[in-house]
Amino acid sequence: MKTLQSSDVREALRQALLRMNVVLPEDVRRALRDAAARETGPARAVLQRILDNVEIAERRCLPMCQDTGMVVTFVELGQDVRVEGEGLPALIDGAIADAYQDGYFRKSVVVDPLKDRKNTGTNLPAVVYWDVVTGDGLVISCLAKGFGSENYSRAYMLKPTEGRGAVIGAVVKAMREAGGNPCPPVILGVGIGGTMDWAARLSKQALLRELDDQHPDPYYAALERDILETVNGTGIGAGGLGGLTTALGVKIATYPTHIAGLPVAVSVNCWADRRAVVRF
Amino acid sequence: MKTIRIPDDVGEFRNLRAGEEVLLSGVLLVARDQAHQRLAALLQAGQPLPVDIRGQVVFYMGPAPTPPGAAIGACGPTTAGRMDAFTPLLLQHGLAGMIGKGRRAPEVVAAMKETGAVYFYAYGGCGALYAEKVQTNELVAFADLGPEAIYRLTVADFPVLVAIDANGGSILDHA
Repeated sequence: MKTLQSSDVREALRQALLRMNVVLPEDVRRALRDAAARETGPARAVLQRILDNVEIAERRCLPMCQDTGMVVTFVELGQDVRVEGEGLPALIDGAIADAYQDGYFRKSVVVDPLKDRKNTGTNLPAVVYWDVVTGDGLVISCLAKGFGSENYSRAYMLKPTEGRGAVIGAVVKAMREAGGNPCPPVILGVGIGGTMDWAARLSKQALLRELDDQHPDPYYAALERDILETVNGTGIGAGGLGGLTTALGVKIATYPTHIAGLPVAVSVNCWADRRAVVRF
Repeated sequence: MKTIRIPDDVGEFRNLRAGEEVLLSGVLLVARDQAHQRLAALLQAGQPLPVDIRGQVVFYMGPAPTPPGAAIGACGPTTAGRMDAFTPLLLQHGLAGMIGKGRRAPEVVAAMKETGAVYFYAYGGCGALYAEKVQTNELVAFADLGPEAIYRLTVADFPVLVAIDANGGSILDHA
């Protein structure tokens, strides 16, 4: 049994969250630079402004986007690890609330989705997915999920016999509805299988992968490439102003499903692909 | 690059063409979802607005908190389409321009053509870049809405593209 001090975990997570909203991961920067070099016209201006913005955010220690998101958190808790002190749920909440206060990040969460939409003032609660796994590790992975893009995330229940082409069609349909609204070039997480909600969860989990990460299954690696190519073929382009780069990457996660179903969920993420991971 | 002074150059909005990159300098009003809903409700009830929107340009935005020593926190555009339901009414009451990201509804474009208004595209997600262009930031109405309140900004060299011009010309008709 491994023992961790809650204060250590909390501080590591707070630091990771502070950095997440200010510093864009290098793989995304590289993809943006490559895209800027390929484009002409307004798309090039959009990509250049984004790269400038990323640089200013880091230099001035400002969030790169004012929508610092709702925090989506995946916790993998090993069954042989014990967190001493504050409970794990409370320390995760505490790290988020502190990071959003200390970093001058926008608190974007409202108490009730329908009744009065009063701001909670802390950016809490987060959306937290818990997994208990074997071993003595603890991995906490977070996304700062902006809602300009989240509003275009979609779930589809396809027919099992529709197959691969329909999956590509579903993702492209989501992007055509989205147009320039989710701040393209986007990164698309695609969840395939499970139930409707599980596919949605997978689509978020897929966004945790780095852009350069190859899918281990060649079938899905090829599908990721084909979806990317088809989405880029729409011509929506950076900022929705037309161009070659509508998406920087497509990441697929799959799960077994029922004989009667083919659930597909698409999580649309803006170019500000903010992720944080802490491991113990 | 052309600089547009606001409100001084608002009378010349009809001369702007979709696709032009321009720099805005002067005064912008900030309002988003809830503020639009309230403004529209007041207009529909025939009541006065807490801020004069005539000849003004509204920036669809909800800022991050202001760090010490800065005029404003990160402040990029939000999706304009969520304001479409309220926009024709505001245009009919004198609003001259809008700044946001994403497409607009046909009713908005029709109202823009009728009133000579312009919709500017601001670079989506570029909150830190725009924070550097804001000189002053003042809360003017609906303080209870927090980041959704109405603010008045003075800006200098604030980069935008003319996305939909007053003749209905657009650079947003992709896909």
